Amino acid sequence: MIRLITAAVLALIGYSAYTAEAPPGAASCSGCHPAGKSIATPVPRLNTSDAAQIATAMQDFRSGRRPATVMDRIAKGFTDEEIRAISAWYAAQKD
Amino acid sequence: MQRSSRRDFLKAMASAALVPLPAFAQGGGGRVIVVGGGFAGATCARAIKKLDQRLSVTLVEATQTFTACPFSNNVIAGLRDLKEQQFGYDKLAADGVELVFMVASGIDPQGRSVTLTNGARMPYDRLVLAPGVDMRWDALPGYNAAASERIPHAWKAGAQTLLLRRQLEAMDDGGLVIISAPPNPFRCPPGPYERASLIAHYLKTKKPKSKLIVLDAKDAFSKQRLFQNAWKELYPDLLEWISLSAGGKVTAVEPDSNTLVTDFGRHKAAVANVIPPQKAGRIAELAGVTDRTGWCPVDPMTFESKQQPNVHIIGDAAIMGGMPKSAFSANAQAKVCAAAITAILRGQVPEEPRLINTCYSLVAPGYGISIAGVYRPKDGQLADVEGAGGVSVLDAPRATRALEADFANGWFNTITAEVFG
Repeated sequence: MIRLITAAVLALIGYSAYTAEAPPGAASCSGCHPAGKSIATPVPRLNTSDAAQIATAMQDFRSGRRPATVMDRIAKGFTDEEIRAISAWYAAQKD
Repeated sequence: MQRSSRRDFLKAMASAALVPLPAFAQGGGGRVIVVGGGFAGATCARAIKKLDQRLSVTLVEATQTFTACPFSNNVIAGLRDLKEQQFGYDKLAADGVELVFMVASGIDPQGRSVTLTNGARMPYDRLVLAPGVDMRWDALPGYNAAASERIPHAWKAGAQTLLLRRQLEAMDDGGLVIISAPPNPFRCPPGPYERASLIAHYLKTKKPKSKLIVLDAKDAFSKQRLFQNAWKELYPDLLEWISLSAGGKVTAVEPDSNTLVTDFGRHKAAVANVIPPQKAGRIAELAGVTDRTGWCPVDPMTFESKQQPNVHIIGDAAIMGGMPKSAFSANAQAKVCAAAITAILRGQVPEEPRLINTCYSLVAPGYGISIAGVYRPKDGQLADVEGAGGVSVLDAPRATRALEADFANGWFNTITAEVFG
């Protein structure tokens, strides 16, 4: 029975890791940031950058250090922690 | 671990009431039906399937070709072909979404089933309603479905879009064009003003002796100062906006004479465009998820109806607090809803979401402006995250406007690729 419980718990944990869930906010980004290179847009892909690059860009948009049209307004809605989670998630997405 | 032993164990746990059993593990669980294949519904159906292949996802949609509203003002102004607005559902099918091209005619929230016009009954564990808007034909005396064949609303893209375009093309130079803008809330808050801008551009370049009047049921509108500054610069003697307090509210329509009536006068147009008051699409009302406003109150964590269990509403039909009724919002809500539903069906608690809206408008070709916002659940609604969002810089140089016009085009290509491509 113990073995069965352990196995079932592992199965359930495994199930929750079945898809790495996008952290809060991340799902919205793909409205503008394309997933593939075939899409005609001046907006950069996020899944080709590393996490630190994305996080630095967001923080610079938020502080005004980096000029922007709309990303300054969006970056101000996210904390450092949220930015880190979103950046790490996008950096981990592959084509 | 063998599947059978896991199943036995889950059964044993459930019977001992140790944990809530995820729906997928119950006999016929894991069935999601999405009604409505626009930016909200099509995004959600596809996202659920991508998050969990094992869930059965069915999209019920009336038409096999979707015609997008964003950029349809360009079609009206002769700057774009309607074909560029149209998308099919093949890629959703390829991802494993089952497509049913039929009208949903009834919902039984207690029995958890959708009825189709052919009488078929489809059971679900979770239902997503994304019906968009319907025009309120009872709201404006004289303006009903029949009248819209003469005076288009063009607020659902397709035949109505082309009708308005043809009327503008057929109009003599020197004609008066009138747009009637509705009270809040309605689909695409900056839309009437983008339309006015692009029609003004058409008149300025093709029929410069003409005039355009916007009769408004409001005293304020989205991106107002940006629009009005641009109008002063680009269309100073051509475009006039008449606010509610200046007598702009249209109270009746006389379609036979193309006349719009206000409390202060009668306006006879060469071409009239009435954007009437709106409500959630009809199926929402049939499902019992609309309130007295005609829209659908939802839980801001999962977008589940506050009135019926197991039914989620996303996109224009839902009351989303501070979040506007835009295609970007619909797409963002759909992805949050998909994650929430897959979590719920696994017996997990959905994470508190953050959502973004970004909405571009064109005031002329190569001249774009935007509004953006970031939202989070607060006091049972989606509320603006303070300090974030807002509109484009008021005194930005034309190069910035050109850049935003490019971003607008890029946005359309990206979002339609994500939803339909």
